[in-house]
Amino acid sequence: MERNQMHRQIANTRKLMFDQGYLDEQFIQLEELQDGSNPNFVEEVVTLYYRDSARFLSNLDQALEKRPLDFSKLDNLMHQFKGSSTSIGAKKVKTECTHFRNYCNARNAEGCKRTFQNVKKEYTTLRKKLEAYFQMSRQVGPVETAYASSVVVCTIRYDTIHSLHLNIIHSNLPLRRCAARSH
Amino acid sequence: MMPGSSGGSWKSSGTGGAGGDGGVPDQFPAGLRVLVVDDDSTCLMILEKMLRHCKYEVTKCNRAEVALSFLRENKNGFDVVISDVHMPDMDGFKLLEHIGLEMDLPVIMMSADDSKSVVMKGVTHGACDYLIKPVRIEALRNIWQHVVRKRKHEWKDFDPSASADEQKQPEEPDYSSSANEGNNWKNTKRRKDEDDEADERDESSSLKKPRVVWSVELHQQFVAAVNQLGIDKAVPKKILELMNVPGLTRENVASHLQKYRLYLRRLSGSQHPGGMNAGFMGSDAGYGSISSLNGLDLQALAASGQLGQLPPQSLATLQAAALGRSNNAKSTISVPVIDQRNLFSFENPKSRYPEVQSQHLTSNNSSKQINLLPGIPTNMEPKQFVSLHQSGHHSFGGMNNLVLIQMGGQSQVHVHSQNQTQSQAQSNVNTHNVLRQPVMSNEMLTRGGVADMAPTAVYNPVVSVSQASSLVNFSMNHKTDSCGTSYPLGGSLGISSLPTASSALQGDGNLDTKVSRKGIVPSYDIFNDLNQNRDWGLPDVGLTFDQSPHTIQSGLDGSNPLLHQHNRASGRDLGGHNRNLTSGKVVLPPGVETRTRHNGSNVGQPRNVYVKTENDIDGSCHNTLYSEQYGQDDLLAAILKQQQQQQGVGEPENEFVFDGYTLDDLPV
Repeated sequence: MERNQMHRQIANTRKLMFDQGYLDEQFIQLEELQDGSNPNFVEEVVTLYYRDSARFLSNLDQALEKRPLDFSKLDNLMHQFKGSSTSIGAKKVKTECTHFRNYCNARNAEGCKRTFQNVKKEYTTLRKKLEAYFQMSRQVGPVETAYASSVVVCTIRYDTIHSLHLNIIHSNLPLRRCAARSH
Repeated sequence: MMPGSSGGSWKSSGTGGAGGDGGVPDQFPAGLRVLVVDDDSTCLMILEKMLRHCKYEVTKCNRAEVALSFLRENKNGFDVVISDVHMPDMDGFKLLEHIGLEMDLPVIMMSADDSKSVVMKGVTHGACDYLIKPVRIEALRNIWQHVVRKRKHEWKDFDPSASADEQKQPEEPDYSSSANEGNNWKNTKRRKDEDDEADERDESSSLKKPRVVWSVELHQQFVAAVNQLGIDKAVPKKILELMNVPGLTRENVASHLQKYRLYLRRLSGSQHPGGMNAGFMGSDAGYGSISSLNGLDLQALAASGQLGQLPPQSLATLQAAALGRSNNAKSTISVPVIDQRNLFSFENPKSRYPEVQSQHLTSNNSSKQINLLPGIPTNMEPKQFVSLHQSGHHSFGGMNNLVLIQMGGQSQVHVHSQNQTQSQAQSNVNTHNVLRQPVMSNEMLTRGGVADMAPTAVYNPVVSVSQASSLVNFSMNHKTDSCGTSYPLGGSLGISSLPTASSALQGDGNLDTKVSRKGIVPSYDIFNDLNQNRDWGLPDVGLTFDQSPHTIQSGLDGSNPLLHQHNRASGRDLGGHNRNLTSGKVVLPPGVETRTRHNGSNVGQPRNVYVKTENDIDGSCHNTLYSEQYGQDDLLAAILKQQQQQQGVGEPENEFVFDGYTLDDLPV
């Protein structure tokens, strides 16, 4: 019912992030790592990512203020941020980071600054989406969230088999742990 | 976090000598003890989770220094190490070398960077695998193979002399006495064939891994044999014959040679793509005993046993230089040229260490000896050095010995020559330089001698001055009598062995890291003079290498390569940067110098002169204190980096340009 709808919504939100290219396969890897012993693993990792990113971005901001620009340092900083973003599957962010690094290598100050704005923009957008997504997931229950993200309807109780079926089809997500939990 | 149960996993079977499988072979690879090092906490968390999913025991840390201390404190506490390449506090490759030298564990590198050059660097530094980020769990599931493979190969190495051998292996070749040993032999043979991995795998897991401890004496013999044959012609079989050590197998020699080559290569800036692993030093074979270093806390160096591992070649170079000059090993490690270097080394180690090794030092030496070479166990057994220290300079405390040893072989000649030049250089070497040179000197020294030993002593004379006094002995010796320390390494050793310096260094703290990169340079002051003539091209490595010290250091820390580098530098890209010579003083390791220039002196060592200065020891590093906290390694790396930069980084003169190392990490 309402739960189903919630789940569906969550599934959709998630799917959209993939379809629009905000997230990639790596995010799924994280989801697969999530299990009963660590039901909020993905969210924890992403939170860690936010924390690190704040630092990277602020360092980059500072570095971009300097004159003349220290390209190798910028490249270094961006490399770190890119690595972080890659590890959680932040696809668009990663792409922008690559552009930035290319400009760095070409020692193109304008290009760097411009791309950096894009990086920040993508990061902010992704962050908003993820935060909304996790918030939704939390609403349907912490434990279930683990499944909701990857399996979409795993947590749906059996009394809603119908909707379960529908959800599965609808979400179009690879069913990963389709463990029907008798909750 | 401390590693998990140490004997628990299957891996420990080898170490404890517990017969048969120490762990649970059938559960293998579950329980594999992994140490993950990555500065990115997000990645770290993910990796940890993935590894736990593979049923491995995971210990994570986000700083290389911390990782090294974990490893040192628990020698057999880990089976495999996974490390990121780009880390702020220490370059991943440097860590790789340390681990290879000290613990000889399989190390897997990982990075988001998949460019061929970086991957190649991993290969040349001895990484057993290279993963591209983002790492998938599937890639991690198979890392156990590296452990098994390494174990199997290690059986081949054993320490015939069984000196201070943790293996407690019988001296005689009768290694097969214990069950493990028997397996070892078997595996050894098998390894050649590599035919039955599966069986071997099982066996290896159950077999103890008798780590061959290349004691100082043994290593000395090895180095002597290699030198006799010529590094390029040294083949395991012949070396084995020359060494004439009962119980030593060709395989043992071969693997040791490989490591040695790698070390040399590194020193010289990867001239020789021997693919040796940095782990040349292998187990801390008897490095500890070289405590006689003059006041120098070579122990620190020795402790790391790394010195011992310095490829004789590199050391030779240094030594040659050092020795060449002054046969009187005053400072035991005749770091002749090193006078300055010695000073430097002393200084550096101290200064450097405080910072670089803040962790190490404290952990290793609890302020007693500065582990000049990070990771060098303070109690180095001088054995190795002794062997190396052909020139007979024993006074260097641990490190010097080590360095000397290595250098001894070759640098003897050099040393002398260096002394000559050094004297001039030395004058300016002034202890200050030496002192100044932060710990880097170790690295730098060894590294490459080329490092520009900027007399400017980038670092303010660290306390080391006082301490350096002891160290200075080395260098001073050179100066004054230019003979004692015939080892250029001595210089570097001095750094490490700056026993007194250690304290100084420690106190110096400030030097650390910063100095590390830059510090190294100072030690090359001595070289500067020497180098000036040469065209090392190692222009300012930026490191104010005080000359000898750094050479030594490099030696210690496997930095021999540096020495080599320095040597090479002359030819290399340094592009004839003599510039450093004067200012930056690319103090090429004594060995180097002698080669190029002082023909008289280094007679012996011809080969190592490959001081590839191309590595970044570029003039750019002049007096730039590297803020990095690298230990000697950093210095070396810094030097290398500079060189590389000078040369146009990445100049792949050899395929093993170590530019990646430094460039990435050198704080700009």
